[in-house]
Amino acid sequence: MFNKTAIRESKGDRLFMFLIYLFLSLVLIAVAVPLIYIVSSSFSSPQAVVTGKVWLFPVDFTLDGYKAVFNNPQIGVGYLNSLFYTVVGTTINVILTIMLAYPLAKKTLYGRNFFMVLLVITMMFEGGLIPYYLVVKNLHLLDTRWAMILPGALGVFQVIVARTFFQTTIPDELAEAAELDGCSDIRFIFSIVLPLSKPIIAVMTLMYAVGHWNAYFDALIFLRKPDLFPLQIILRNILILNTVDASMMADVSQMQAQQGLKDLLKYSLIVVASVPVLIIYPFVQKHFVKGVMIGSLKG
Amino acid sequence: MPRLNSRLQTEPSLDQKHPLQLKALPEGGRGRSRRKQIMRHWQLYLVLLLPVLYLIIFKYVPMAGIVIAFKNYNVIKGIWGSDWVGLKYFHQFFDSPNFWLYIKNTLGISFYGLIVGFPAPILLALALNEIRNGLFKKTVQMVSYAPYFISTVIMVSIIVVNLTPNVGMISKFFEMLGMSNTNFMGIPGLFKSIYVWSDVWQFTGYGAIIYIAALSGVNPELYESAKVDGASRIQKILNIDIPSLIPVSVILLILNLGNIMKLGFEKIYLMQNPLNLSTSEVISTYVYKVGLLGSSFSFSTAIGLFNSVINLILLVSVNYIARKLSNSSLW
Repeated sequence: MFNKTAIRESKGDRLFMFLIYLFLSLVLIAVAVPLIYIVSSSFSSPQAVVTGKVWLFPVDFTLDGYKAVFNNPQIGVGYLNSLFYTVVGTTINVILTIMLAYPLAKKTLYGRNFFMVLLVITMMFEGGLIPYYLVVKNLHLLDTRWAMILPGALGVFQVIVARTFFQTTIPDELAEAAELDGCSDIRFIFSIVLPLSKPIIAVMTLMYAVGHWNAYFDALIFLRKPDLFPLQIILRNILILNTVDASMMADVSQMQAQQGLKDLLKYSLIVVASVPVLIIYPFVQKHFVKGVMIGSLKG
Repeated sequence: MPRLNSRLQTEPSLDQKHPLQLKALPEGGRGRSRRKQIMRHWQLYLVLLLPVLYLIIFKYVPMAGIVIAFKNYNVIKGIWGSDWVGLKYFHQFFDSPNFWLYIKNTLGISFYGLIVGFPAPILLALALNEIRNGLFKKTVQMVSYAPYFISTVIMVSIIVVNLTPNVGMISKFFEMLGMSNTNFMGIPGLFKSIYVWSDVWQFTGYGAIIYIAALSGVNPELYESAKVDGASRIQKILNIDIPSLIPVSVILLILNLGNIMKLGFEKIYLMQNPLNLSTSEVISTYVYKVGLLGSSFSFSTAIGLFNSVINLILLVSVNYIARKLSNSSLW
């Protein structure tokens, strides 16, 4: 960062810096404006949205869209289901990841390389969709809540990240000293490793939780009962499967009022569904950046 | 990422140096010392049991299930009881009229995505690295990471909503330029661009994190001496920043190239509609439709296996080339 402290800058450099700021401002606008547009539209009247009056600020402020969202029983069920899958799934994810990552970080564990190879092979080669589906089917997990939790109980990439973290933050000497004092491996995990690993546990929790909240593929292939659907499947049914119809109806004038409310519901729904993730995001942003760096640079 | 694993695997084991080990070695033979080594961490093997069971059930059993690609899978007879048919389903796929279309669509979207999506985070990181740490920089970073957290379903909804004729922001923008009432999602020729550029919008900020971290690790003395030599900012970027990003970029490029046939199912499937299928049907969506919706389990598995094998070959060969050309490689 030393180049930023220069006192005198040449003309070329100043022009260059101007271009950099211009570029970054354009990036900022390009990312932020579509998001702002969605939020503003969700608070605007259907007519204003349909006639294209909304750009950056809400026009004819209304909460109709949100009322429509909260009056839809499907959305409530999906919300609760997603919450369940996220909480239970993430808990299992984090526990299993640590159970695999810590022994793999232990240099004195006999057969460590074998387990490591076992893990890495799964990153390079996979059975594919149908064999995966058949395993879940043969375990009689189809159409149960477990289908949303067990098949993805472990993220291989997260294990690698956690293992790197354990290797770099928990000194071998510490484990050896504890061993000489008669501390068992399991007790060492609970009283030394876990308290020292809060940052990586925070990152893992975030990554897994966001993954569960946003997942829809497993639900698409494993679930048929509507009362088990997570929010994302319900979102897909409302937001995307309706779309082709919507554009076909666009020029029928009688349908426009109804069409407008339907559009408005979409904007509100996008906002409501993104809220949980956006609430956590600022709190964990610092950890999150750190986690990405542990995973990428050292890995 | 795998680079680390392989390096750590080859690193000399500390076992031999361990005090407890040294005591054990002279007494018994190799067999006894191995038993001692295992007994020493018996609790850790217990801890490993559950996750290893998971790997076996949900990763390795499906790999064994690949045999149904060579069999005529029958639900009643089960995986092992079904009759062998050899390469029948592979021939069926290669001979199908749409074989080349799906390959072309898959590779087309992948390479387009790579060409645009690979340099984008590098550019953003280089630009961010030039400006002072302050509110503006923090805002750009914070805002550009945010779309990463948006789910695929919502992302596709945002795309669709923004492209809805007359209503959506982007379609309004194009209408101002004189194109009226275009249903962008229904034009086959636009599918790739919509897919790739929305990915750029969503993932560039997140992708830049890695490069920003790599740039912050550059030795400040290099910038100092460049300044003394009178280098301009562009020269500093070309001669210091970019070379320092090469190792990370090579690794990420290998990973990306190795995944070129593994094009994500979720987003494409959601973006498909009957009008754009001619450019949007890729191998992964075809596997899903044929296999789960059409219940041709064996045929679908054969296509999936073909895809995985191509991927593995790509990954291994790209890694080999990278190792020959530069020092950076996965293993």
